[in-house]
Amino acid sequence: MLVEIRGVIKHYRRGGETIEVLHGIDLDIPRGDFVALMGPSGSGKTTLLNLIGGLDTPTAGSIVVDGRRIDRLSSGELARWRAAHVGFVFQFYNLLPVLSAQKNVELPLLLTSLSARERRRHAMIALTLVGLADRARHKPRELSGGQEQRVAIARAIVSDPTLLVCDEPTGDLDRATAAEILTLLQVLNREHGKTIVMVTHDPKAAEYAQRRLHLDKGTLAEAPEIHVG
Amino acid sequence: MKYLPLVSAGLFRRKTRTILTLASVVIAFLLFGLLQAVGTAFESGADSADARRLVTTARYSIIEPLPIAYARRIEQVPGVVAVAYADWFGAKYQNESNAFAVFAVDPARYLAMYPEFTVTAAHRDAFIAARTGALAGRRLVERYGWRIGQKLPISSEIHPQMDGSMAWEFDLVGIIDAEDPAIRGNTDVVLINVKYFDEARRFGKGRTGWYIERVADRAQARTVAADIDRLFANSPDETKTQPEKEFALGFAKQIGDIGALVTRILVAVFFTILILTGNTMGQSLRERIPELAILKTVGFSDGKVTALVLAEAVVLLLLGGALGMAVATGIMPFVNGSMGGRFPPLFVDAETWLRAAAIVLALALAVGIPPALRARRLRIVDALAGHR
Repeated sequence: MLVEIRGVIKHYRRGGETIEVLHGIDLDIPRGDFVALMGPSGSGKTTLLNLIGGLDTPTAGSIVVDGRRIDRLSSGELARWRAAHVGFVFQFYNLLPVLSAQKNVELPLLLTSLSARERRRHAMIALTLVGLADRARHKPRELSGGQEQRVAIARAIVSDPTLLVCDEPTGDLDRATAAEILTLLQVLNREHGKTIVMVTHDPKAAEYAQRRLHLDKGTLAEAPEIHVG
Repeated sequence: MKYLPLVSAGLFRRKTRTILTLASVVIAFLLFGLLQAVGTAFESGADSADARRLVTTARYSIIEPLPIAYARRIEQVPGVVAVAYADWFGAKYQNESNAFAVFAVDPARYLAMYPEFTVTAAHRDAFIAARTGALAGRRLVERYGWRIGQKLPISSEIHPQMDGSMAWEFDLVGIIDAEDPAIRGNTDVVLINVKYFDEARRFGKGRTGWYIERVADRAQARTVAADIDRLFANSPDETKTQPEKEFALGFAKQIGDIGALVTRILVAVFFTILILTGNTMGQSLRERIPELAILKTVGFSDGKVTALVLAEAVVLLLLGGALGMAVATGIMPFVNGSMGGRFPPLFVDAETWLRAAAIVLALALAVGIPPALRARRLRIVDALAGHR
């Protein structure tokens, strides 16, 4: 099992009020799985994704990823753990606008001991994998939305993480481009063994996953089969 | 070094804004270099002062002359090892604007008193030997194209000759110079032989403008100064003796407190830079919150993100400061040339560079720490949520 979540509770304080977003979540994600997390807005999907990716820590409960309890790590330890084990893909790509595609992809590698040449080589491999080797020198504003998201995916996989967490990766793309991105994620899952956890509103996007989970009001359930017209 | 492209990317995210801010920093440090040079030039007399030298003038007014006969009596004061004296000639060369200092001195005494001046042995001997001889500072010689051996027709605004003529003539027998650029400003002078001058002038015979004494022990300088003044107390020509540095500072302050003026201008300039650069850094940070969150997301620690933001402030100010100081240093020869030697030589010394480096560091910390701490406190989930 790659991810083991037990009794996870997450509170937020807003104003003077405490809001419980997740109510005792239990979840197992096997290695090599592709999970779609669905649910209405405010159901806690992104909160759960952030906890799995080590961007936030739970109020209670345990999260074990690849045999390591990440809920007990300090901020610095979590940063190092994320750099080594997790790749992130966001709805709005979040590329650095002044850096070229290649330099954006190289970002996580700056934290390694790789030489500049090695970093460049790894970045080019990742860009080739997402089909953008010929756009390496382009700045984000010179790329289409789909291309930007491919660069973001290249950045997510460049350090060869075990786990990819994707938050609405197709939320800002048209249908055809979204299909390309989802196919790419499928390839990374099937051919490169990446475990993927993806938050999406879109039932069509969820179809690309092996497993769909439904989160509603902070409680998790296996989603019923969805038939998309 | 591998983070430098990231620092530069953050800095030049908004090129126009950063370049304008950089330009203002360059101009501030250019101004700093120039004004410091002016301040240094004004204080060069004080800076080059020797702690073992005293200056004696008339007690109540620097323009009142003292008897030349005082020299022998001052020499007898315990602790005094050498005495020289000089008188103000009040020179005018060719026209009103060509004013420079001409001192009537005892050549041997005066040159022995100022070992920091460089004069060749041949020029020194010629000056001591020639009654109408004159030594001139190298910059004056170059400015007016004088040649050794030529006559120097110099008028005095104070001292007529016996026949009532204000026009004097001396023989240029040598050049006076200094290796240290701070001292070279003190060589913008023509020295003439007091023996000839005193004999030839109509009034004020047997008197001189001021005395310079060297003491054996600098720690005893004030005691010796008091002893000299006590020697002439209650006489028609009472004296005021003070360390050379105090005399030079007092003399410079007659023009105005240049040091205080320069400091006030620079405080205003750097305060403006602080506000301007601080605003640029703050604005830049606010625009990049999601980008900083992404850096943290991919594994950059809080410390690394803090250091990156701080480094941007350091690079901006270091670049601007170095450019401004380099320009200030580079244009000095042109500034000096354009003034035709009518002002002491301006130069940017090592101390000014060190002060600039300290200001860069202080400004970088003042400007960089608030956004750097804000970046450090940034929570990834909040920053990314704000960007959704």
